[in-house]
Amino acid sequence: MKRRTLLASAAMGLMLASGAFAQGMEKVKACFVYVGPIGDGGWTYQHHQGALAVQEKFGDKVEIQYQENVPEGADAERVLTQMALGGCNIIFTTSFGYMDATNAVAAKFPDVKFEHATGFKREHPNVSTYNARFYEGRAVQGTIAGRMTKSNKIGYIGSFPIPEVVMGINSYYLAAKKVNPNVELSVVWAFTWFDPAKEADSAKALIDQGVDVIASHTDSTAVLAEAAKTDGKVIGFGQASDMAEYKDGPRVSSIIDNWGPYYIERVQALLDGTYAQSDVWAGIKGGEVLIGEITDKVPPEVKAEAEKVRDDIAAGTLHPFTGPINKQDGSPWLAEGATAPDGDLLGMNFYVEGITGDIPQ
Amino acid sequence: MGASPHTPGIFVDRKWGVVVLRLEKRPTPSKFWLYATPPVAVILTMIAGGCLFAAMGKNPFEVIRTIFWDPVFGEFAFYLRGQLLVKAGPLILIAIGLALGFRAGIWNIGAEGQYIMGAIFGAAVGLAVFPTENRLIFPVMVVAGAFGGWLWAMIPAILKTKFNTNEILVSLMLVYVAETILAKASTGFLKNPEGMGFPGSRNFSSYPAAANPELIAGSGLHWGGVAALVTGVLAYILLTRHQAGFQIRLAGQAPRAARFHGVSPARLVVMCMGISGALAGMAGLFEVTGPAGQISIDFNTGYGFTAIIVAFLGRLNPLGIVLAGFLMALTYVGGEMASTNLGLPDAAIQVFQGMLLFFLLAVDVLTNYRFRLAVGAH
Repeated sequence: MKRRTLLASAAMGLMLASGAFAQGMEKVKACFVYVGPIGDGGWTYQHHQGALAVQEKFGDKVEIQYQENVPEGADAERVLTQMALGGCNIIFTTSFGYMDATNAVAAKFPDVKFEHATGFKREHPNVSTYNARFYEGRAVQGTIAGRMTKSNKIGYIGSFPIPEVVMGINSYYLAAKKVNPNVELSVVWAFTWFDPAKEADSAKALIDQGVDVIASHTDSTAVLAEAAKTDGKVIGFGQASDMAEYKDGPRVSSIIDNWGPYYIERVQALLDGTYAQSDVWAGIKGGEVLIGEITDKVPPEVKAEAEKVRDDIAAGTLHPFTGPINKQDGSPWLAEGATAPDGDLLGMNFYVEGITGDIPQ
Repeated sequence: MGASPHTPGIFVDRKWGVVVLRLEKRPTPSKFWLYATPPVAVILTMIAGGCLFAAMGKNPFEVIRTIFWDPVFGEFAFYLRGQLLVKAGPLILIAIGLALGFRAGIWNIGAEGQYIMGAIFGAAVGLAVFPTENRLIFPVMVVAGAFGGWLWAMIPAILKTKFNTNEILVSLMLVYVAETILAKASTGFLKNPEGMGFPGSRNFSSYPAAANPELIAGSGLHWGGVAALVTGVLAYILLTRHQAGFQIRLAGQAPRAARFHGVSPARLVVMCMGISGALAGMAGLFEVTGPAGQISIDFNTGYGFTAIIVAFLGRLNPLGIVLAGFLMALTYVGGEMASTNLGLPDAAIQVFQGMLLFFLLAVDVLTNYRFRLAVGAH
């Protein structure tokens, strides 16, 4: 019991030291927890770019701390506690699997702000969640994939069968199907966010099946490296980061996660004393999701078509999930003209009609 | 592993001409080096690691202090000491089981898989009776966890005794099978029905009858830590006082003599694999019901593999393993501290941990070999 009091008094001490009574702060210590290494060239790299943007914007008024390769589970809880004890004022936990750990530690440190990426649990007033509508970018990729495939076989490397990934798959397929009714989609599950060897194996498996356009939902550049070995027969996309080093090779476009503006906004709010709990889900329109340059490998008319999809989504005139759409088993999901409610997307655990195979259950 | 005893190092000395540094096998292993190896390896790791950190522009003394001193005596030690226990518990429990087999020359490399299967079996029992509250549930889950690990270890054990397969390969490959079953469990048969389609089982922290919480708040001590310490003592007694322990030691040191002594190699394999599997399974159960809280796709974080290092660091001696477990936990917890607070890349910490094993194996050569200077002899 004595120990618990100690923890509480340490938290109290931090609170007094920071003087965070909604009056703004002189200086903010912003901390980041990463699931991969900052050099992964994808997901974690982009979050770290966001952290660096915060540093650049506020200079001496912020101190940045981060920890790479934090496993999702018990270890995350320890890292978060260490950060909170160490005086972090705001902690960004940048992977879905940190959800329970984030909420558990937030309960013990009511005066530290926690920001959890891609999750849905906000069990305490000091937990906010943020995410980006990556599925909007998938619609642009699907458009390119449907037009570019010669074998009519396109592929998707899934990380984990969570709604975030399933909605990406569905959006990619629907967009491809719209421009090419003969298209077939193969999905391979890698069961990892970052494991270049497994990601490369997944890409190989798809290429062996005759797939010639691959989208991936994992964090490294291994998929593009694998596609690059096919002498231009197979193309793919930069995922999470632009992966511009493959521009002369298989990469024809990309989805870029742009976290900087959100991180700056949250730290700014903390400095100003205007910080409030929130749940943010912005997309192409808000600038969180950027579409990387579409290269010359893509014919001009296809490029124009893909860019129109992007611009229409940004303008709000196109929703990637617009009815009529049936579920895989043929049961109706969205009626003619209806668009998907956010709740349906956030809990999405079904394929749309036309996709073969099962979501691992 | 290590240099061949017949490969001499050759130096040319101005006065003596050719000087040959020869590695010579000792008649009996050195008692001194047996116990001196771990501390020497730790000191060498600190020196080499310090050089690495200095080359990266960090103050080496500050980094070493953060890793080895701060978690135990620093500002936040009241929290981190408990975390050392959380981290060391499963390592010790698994390593003790492995050490029994290693001593007998039976190489169970697949403890990670047995750890996973223990967690799945134990958790499945608890989840099957959710939300019944009964004091017997947790003990039954522990037994189920041990059973799951034991069962998984029996596959390589029986394949070895019946078909003479290599237990190293089979147990290692079964880790990947277990990982696939784990993925299936978290997205399928053990998935939380109220989890909105997200993978992962129910969280045991909200199911008291099946949970393994801290026994004293803030101490980090849960039943797994208790089990690890008790097992350490029991294993020590087994090895020094019991017939089975004698057989294990004999089989490792003199296999032929062991056979003449009536030790059945097949029975020994089944026993050693069984014990190590059951202990790894129990470690998995304590982890999934305690610190991890739930079955999830990436529930396993490598305890089963790290425990191999711990077993050797502890000289395959149960009491040594308890100390080694804490030392390993220190490099993890302290390494994390150094990484966040001093901005060291995670890879540097991993290199540091790798050095520990490297120096351990390198210095270990001195237990069985000694250096001899031979002048002019070539």
